[in-house]
This record gives sequence, structure tokens and C-alpha cells, in this order.
Amino acid sequence: MTAGMSTTVGLRSGLEPATLRAAIDRELLAKRLLILLVCAWLLAVVVLPLLHLLFKSVNDADGSFVGLAYYISYFKTPALSNSLYNSLFVAATTTAISVTLGFLFAYGLTRTTMAGKGFFRAIAMMPLFAPTLLNGIALVYLFGRKGLITLGFFGTLPGFDIHLYGPVGIIMAEVLFTFPQAVLILSIALAMTDARLYEAAASLGAGKVRTFLTVTLPGVRYGLMSAVFVCFILAFTDFGAPKVVGGHFNILATDIYKQVIGQQNFTMGAVVSVVLLIPTVIAFILDRVVQGKQVAMIAAKSVPLTPRRHGLRDGLYTGYCSLVVLLIMGLYLTAVFAALVKVWPYDLTLGLQHFRFSGTGGGGYAAFFNSIRMSLYSAVFGTAITFGAAYLIEKTRQMTGLRQMAYFLAILPLALPGLVIGLSYIFFFNAPGWRAGGLFVPNPLNFIYATMGILVISNIVHFFSVSFLTATTALKQLDQEFETVSESLGVPFTKTFARVTVPVCIPVLLEIGLYYFVNSMATVSAVIFLYSADLPLASVAVANMDDAGDVAAASAMSVLILLTNLAVVVAFGAVTRRLKARSQAWTAA
Amino acid sequence: MNDDQIYLEVDSVSKNFGPFEALQNVSFKARRGEFLCVLGPSGCGKTTLLRVVAGLEKQTRGKVFIEGRDVSGYPVSQRNVGIVFQSYALFPNLTARQNIAYGLQSRGQSRQAIRQRVDELLELVGLRGMGGKHPAKLSGGQQQRVALARAIAVSPDLLLLDEPLSALDAKVRLMLRGEIRQLQQRLGITTLMVTHDQEEALTMADRILVIDQGRLVQDGSPRQVYDKPATPFVAGFIGAMNFIQDVEKIDSGLYAIGATRLSVAAENGTRRLPAGSRVTIAIRPEDVMLQPPPSAPNLLRTQVESLEYRGSLYRVDLKLAASPENDTLITADVPSETVRRLSIAPSSPLSVHLPVDRLRVYETPARTAQHP
Repeated sequence: MTAGMSTTVGLRSGLEPATLRAAIDRELLAKRLLILLVCAWLLAVVVLPLLHLLFKSVNDADGSFVGLAYYISYFKTPALSNSLYNSLFVAATTTAISVTLGFLFAYGLTRTTMAGKGFFRAIAMMPLFAPTLLNGIALVYLFGRKGLITLGFFGTLPGFDIHLYGPVGIIMAEVLFTFPQAVLILSIALAMTDARLYEAAASLGAGKVRTFLTVTLPGVRYGLMSAVFVCFILAFTDFGAPKVVGGHFNILATDIYKQVIGQQNFTMGAVVSVVLLIPTVIAFILDRVVQGKQVAMIAAKSVPLTPRRHGLRDGLYTGYCSLVVLLIMGLYLTAVFAALVKVWPYDLTLGLQHFRFSGTGGGGYAAFFNSIRMSLYSAVFGTAITFGAAYLIEKTRQMTGLRQMAYFLAILPLALPGLVIGLSYIFFFNAPGWRAGGLFVPNPLNFIYATMGILVISNIVHFFSVSFLTATTALKQLDQEFETVSESLGVPFTKTFARVTVPVCIPVLLEIGLYYFVNSMATVSAVIFLYSADLPLASVAVANMDDAGDVAAASAMSVLILLTNLAVVVAFGAVTRRLKARSQAWTAA
Repeated sequence: MNDDQIYLEVDSVSKNFGPFEALQNVSFKARRGEFLCVLGPSGCGKTTLLRVVAGLEKQTRGKVFIEGRDVSGYPVSQRNVGIVFQSYALFPNLTARQNIAYGLQSRGQSRQAIRQRVDELLELVGLRGMGGKHPAKLSGGQQQRVALARAIAVSPDLLLLDEPLSALDAKVRLMLRGEIRQLQQRLGITTLMVTHDQEEALTMADRILVIDQGRLVQDGSPRQVYDKPATPFVAGFIGAMNFIQDVEKIDSGLYAIGATRLSVAAENGTRRLPAGSRVTIAIRPEDVMLQPPPSAPNLLRTQVESLEYRGSLYRVDLKLAASPENDTLITADVPSETVRRLSIAPSSPLSVHLPVDRLRVYETPARTAQHP
């Protein structure tokens, strides 16, 4: 109170009271410290673990330096290096199919007047909420050795075998996995086009094909490229689906797992991780370049395009979208059905026995609730850290160099496959300490190894970049002068953060929380290296039960994960609607 | 200007952004209660100047003084300035009242005192009874007033306005011009306003600072800036100006366009030029006089090239008949009544007279100024 009083008096007389000066210096100091804290966090959870991984790949098991020996032996062993070509082949094929299918679907959603767009979009997004293991399991029940199609609907029809296990299965599962991403990116790109370009083309007498080639495609070219890179990265690095339907077809992601868990060959695991990392980082960099160009394109003012009714076209797209949605629903319903029947395919009596998880490994409901707990923590802490970091990087004016570095480190995890994060975390957090010039420095972060903490941190880092970019975009939309105004009024930035920035961004905060939650529930790749026996997780249980042949129970657990995520999404929708109604007072009509 | 009257002083301020020099050696002073407009085309550095005075940008060189205190090293929070931004930057989730009270709350005043002050301010900016509304529910002009009230709520030493009217409709803009000026005078608050609108600067300011490419090119009252523009740039940027290029200097105060002699009362740094130098002569369209008395100096025979109707007047383009090699057109603003009375039409011959005291002479050729 005394400080406040003297401040007022001081301002009136135009003098500089020491109290005000001290308060402002404290504030500058606080900002600097917080920015340093963000950098320290990113250093500890992104940079150091990655460096450790690189370090491990040139040192053998007893810690002696071996240079590139393991890399050389990797490329000299066809059994190993073939996986690189296999991975590239699978990822490229998946990308081609997924982007094509996704483009048609997104075109239907944005450029036609077909009915049921909301429904089509919702179902197309389903795979985002399922563990990719479920895609594999569902395919097994349809096309596997005892699959519904392979057996011709239990003998009622002539069956046929598509030889699921291997590239066919992986590609099918990855197309399903990447399809919603392609639809999302391309819908945005297609929705952003300027209607005046089409009017100009029409007035100049351009036909449909010419308009498509000269207006539509150039308009979405960055979106298309971005979809290609994103699908490629996802398909190239996914672990869940190939684990289930890969068979003897080796790819990089499953190789890392086999090297580390199967053969305990950590150095080779690190080498394969680096091999996996290189194309991913290249695709990531290209994607960033393309994204930058796309942002520049939106900046221009444009008139939104409203599609007109066109019977034949709308009919064709309705047919196509219905077919896609039917396939997606069919796939997941098969998995649900398989989880409910007693003994597939012999005793089709329905029941909940597989949902008891008795007599199976993996941890059952303990694992399920651990996953929920982990996902909640990831959502809460992840949202707080991501938004705080994005705020400090976007809205402060101190330490520009450090903030730029922090920005780069914040989007870098986009290029890091979950397996790479998991493996580098083993190396980094499990290290008891480091020897530097005869001096032993104990690892201060060692204590979180094999705890809930490391699981949550790995999730936060795994899904950091997308959340960070979402937060940054939202913050950029706020007036750049909010901070300046409060500074000129002598209001601490923390107060403006709490009273203005956070309240205005609540919808985005919820969205980020949701993103963290559903992804933490579904992910298996990072956590499979990090969970401990007394902290089993649902998604890991799916992998282990599938390994052990308890496919029905694995399917049941996957379905539980999917249903949990869907329930959370529905709840999120309800909360968001209520918030929108409440904030109606201050959003422009 | 006496030193003890000086309230704000900007001394040799330069600001570089990398290799780009946004401000070059800018100096000016303001008295207490003065209203200064910083005028210039977009990208000339005027907003950078405001941000340096506010403490939002740190100058590369030079100093800023407020009431004799050297505030050069102070951040915005220590300069006690009120800022109104082009976008207003009103907090969307707070009501008008909460926005205005925002800076008061952290100053340890009682709730009662704050409520009273906000009521006063709402009254002052003509928003009584609107305090409960959120910015999105207010019109542009009303939002502007809230932003103004928020800025003056904390009794700043200096009010800084960054293009405060440019986001508004023409009519609202006219009204707010007067209101802001009145408010500023009533509160006696020293104000620096950045604008690219010459009319705004001419009508509102006590003094205008014209900035061109990071340099302060003229500092004077609106009349000085309009009547005696320091450079062809200022002349062309504020109001319309005829430039007659390639005029020959004959003697002190005497110039020639072809065979026609022109007398000039005030030479503008061209006094020292040797005879035979080439200069640019400038005159405003409204200063070009028709129907001169036969004895008047600076008589020019011209031919009407074209007429443009502008309601109360015609803008008439005239071709110099005396010098066919000089294809310069002179524009004259002629009252519509005169055009009708003299039945002026294209290609009719016309004698005009350029008053000795309305002519300006420039050494440098005119650079086309950008008009808003």
C-alpha cells in the first residue's frame, strides 16, 4: 500500500520514485528469467537428449568411441539397410494415396453443396483419436488369416486373401492414419481461395479443366505440398500399425524397437534412429519453407468462395465421401465387434469378457487409468508450458536472439518421431552422470526416470510443436499493442497476461489441452521405451497383448482408448459452445 | 523558445534498423501544452519517432528529455506517457469502464476513487452511460474515445497519438478532430500526434513536423508549412503545388521562363546561386490570379489546356503560350463563377498573374510527393 501511494504521488509530481523504478526493474528481470527458463526447458528436453542419442550412435555398449563403425556396418548389412528403402517405399506410397483421397474428400467438403458435410468431416477425423495399433488390429480382423473378408464373411461368400502382413497392410493402416491430416490441411487450403479468381477465369472464357489447372491447383499448391510432407513424416515414422501388420517386412521404426528391446543393442538402435531422423528432418524443413509461403498468401485480402449447387458433381462427391466414411466406420466397427465376440471366428456370441482383461498381460484397467492420468497431466502441464512459452517468445521484446532460438527449438519436435524421443530419453535421463575432464557431474534429472514425470514430459515434447504453433497463431491475432498499452499504463505484464491474454485465449487453451489429451492417450511410440513395469499404459498394453496373441483383448483396449477420446471430444465441444455463448458479449457479431 | 518553457526535447535522435536509417538526426522541442503533429508519407519514419519518444524503441543515437529529465534510457513504463494506437488496442474482454480503469487499478487508489475518476473520464469523452459495453459493441468513434480516456486516465505527462483517426469514417474523423483538439486544450496536455493526413495536421496542430525519409525537413506552424514549404517535397506533400522546372536565374529576385521575366519576393536559399543557374519555381493553384491589371508584374500569357469541374471551383490546366519549348502546365484553381463569367473553355487564351510574394524558388528539382 505504501509503495502504491508513493507511486501515485510520484507520478503527479513527475519525479521518479524509487519504488516504481524497482518494480519495473523487477519486471524486466522476471521476463528475462522466464525466457531463460523456456530456453533451459527446451535445452533439457529437446537438445540434450538428441545430442545424447547422436553421441550413443558413435559409442559402443561399453562406452568406447567407435566413430562411424556402426553406421558402416548398418549400410553393409542388407537385412538392416533394406528397411530404409522399405520405409521410404511405404511412406511414399501412403502419401500418394492419402493425399489423392484426401484432396477429393476435402474438395467435397469445401467446394460442393453436398449434404451432411459435418457428419462426413467428423467421421473422417476418427482415426486421429485412435491408437494406430487399432488401425492394424482392425485390418487383421478384416483381411488377416482369419479375417472377415479373407474368410468370406465366415464362409457365406467366397473369401479372398490380400496378403495383409507386409507392405499391403502397413500402407492400408498408414493411409487410414494420415488421411484425416491430409483432409484437414487441404480443406484449409481449398477454403482459402479467392472467389474473384474464379469469376475472372469464367469471364475470360476458361473451361472447367483449364480453371482447375490454372486457378484451383496453383491456389492450393502450398497446402498440397504441406499435406505431402506431413503425410510422409507420419507414415515414415509410425510404429503402431507396422508393429501389428508388418509381418516380416522390416521398416525403420520396428527395427529401432527390435534393436533396443529385442537385442538390447542400444548403439544400433541409436544408429537406426539417426537414419530415421534424416529424411524426417528434411521433410520438416521443406514443410516449414512451404508453410511460410502459404502464410504470405493468406495475408492478401480475398473474397471467400461460396460453392454453387451442381447436381451431378454434388452427387458424385456425396457418393465418394459416403464410401470413405463407410470404410472408416466399417473398419472400427469390425474392431468393436471383434472385441465383443467370444472366440473369433468360431464362437460369435457377444459379451464383455475381453473387456475384463483377466489372464492377459499389459496391466488391464490399471494401465487404462494410468493412461488417463498421464494424459490429464500432459494436457494440463503441456498447455501451461506451451502457452507460456509461446507468450514469452511472441509477446516480449527482450533477448531477441534467445527468443528466436527458443522458437526454432519449439518447432523442432515436429521432426522428431516418438521412438526417437523415447530412445533419446532413455539415454539422457537414465545416465547417472557425465565425466568431464576427470570430474563426475551427476545427472540432476535422473530422478524422473521410470516415473510418471518422464512419460508426461515425453508427451509434452512429442506434441509440443503443433500446440506451440496453435498458441502462437492465436497470440499473433491479439493486438500487438496490448503489452505496450499496459506497459505505458504501468501495469505489470503478469496482470495483463492473467486478465486479458488468457481469458481471450481460453478456446485455444482448451483446444491445445484436448490435443495433448487425445494424443497422449493414443500414442505408443515414445512411451513404449519409457513406461515402467509398475506404471503400465493402455496403448503399450495393446501392443503387448497383440504380441502375446490376445488380439481380442488388444482390440478391446484400443476401443476403450478410442471411446475415451471421443467422449472427451464431445465434452470439449459442449464446453466450447457454452464458452462461445458467454463470450458473445465481447466478440464482434 | 525560452529554455524554461520547453517541456519535451528531442535532441539529434537517429534510429537504425540494421543498415536502414529510419530516423536521421532529428531534433525538436515542444512547449508545455503544445499540440505537435508529425506529418509524412507512410514509411517516412514518423511512427518510429513516436515510438522513440514513448520509449518503445531505443534510439541508436541522441537523447530525449521530458521536463528537463533525460529519459533516453527509460522504458515506456517510466516515461509516464499516454499512448493511443491506430488499432486502439482495447482489451476485448473488458468493458469500456474496465478498460479506462485499467491503469488506475495498479496505482493503489480506492475503488471509490477509481469509479469516480472513470465516471469523470466517460463524461469527458462523451460516453456517459456507455461504460458497461464491451469494445466490440461500440462504434469505431466510441472505441477511439475509450482509448483516449484510458490513455489520459493516468494523468500522463505526454499524450502520444499514433494515427488515431485513420481507421474511422470520414465524417466521424472530422468530428473527432475537433473533439481531440478541444480536449487537449482543456487538459493542457502536451501532445504528439503522428499522421499522414495533411488536412488533419493543418487543422489540429500548433506546430507541424514534416518528416521525409527519416529526416525532419520542416518544423513550423501550419501556416508556415503551407505558405512557405521548406522543400519541394513539403510543398508537394501538403496541398497542391505547381512546379515550373528549369527556370533560369537572371539576377537576385529575377528569373526567366523562356522570354518571360518573373520577380520573386522571397528567395529560398537560392540567393547565393550565380546568375544562369537553373532552379524550380513553385506556386499554389489558388495563388494563380486571373484578370490581372495590365501593370502587374509576372504576367503570363497562357492557353487553356483542359478544365476539371470540382463543384465550387474549376481546376484549370494552362499551357504557357510564351515558351512553346517549355511544355510545363500550370494549374489554377478558379471559382466556378469566374469560369462562367469569362466563358473559359479549352484552348481559349488566358492571361494570368503570379503574385510576387506567393512564388517560391527551389534549388533542387521537385520530387513527386506521394499523396494520401
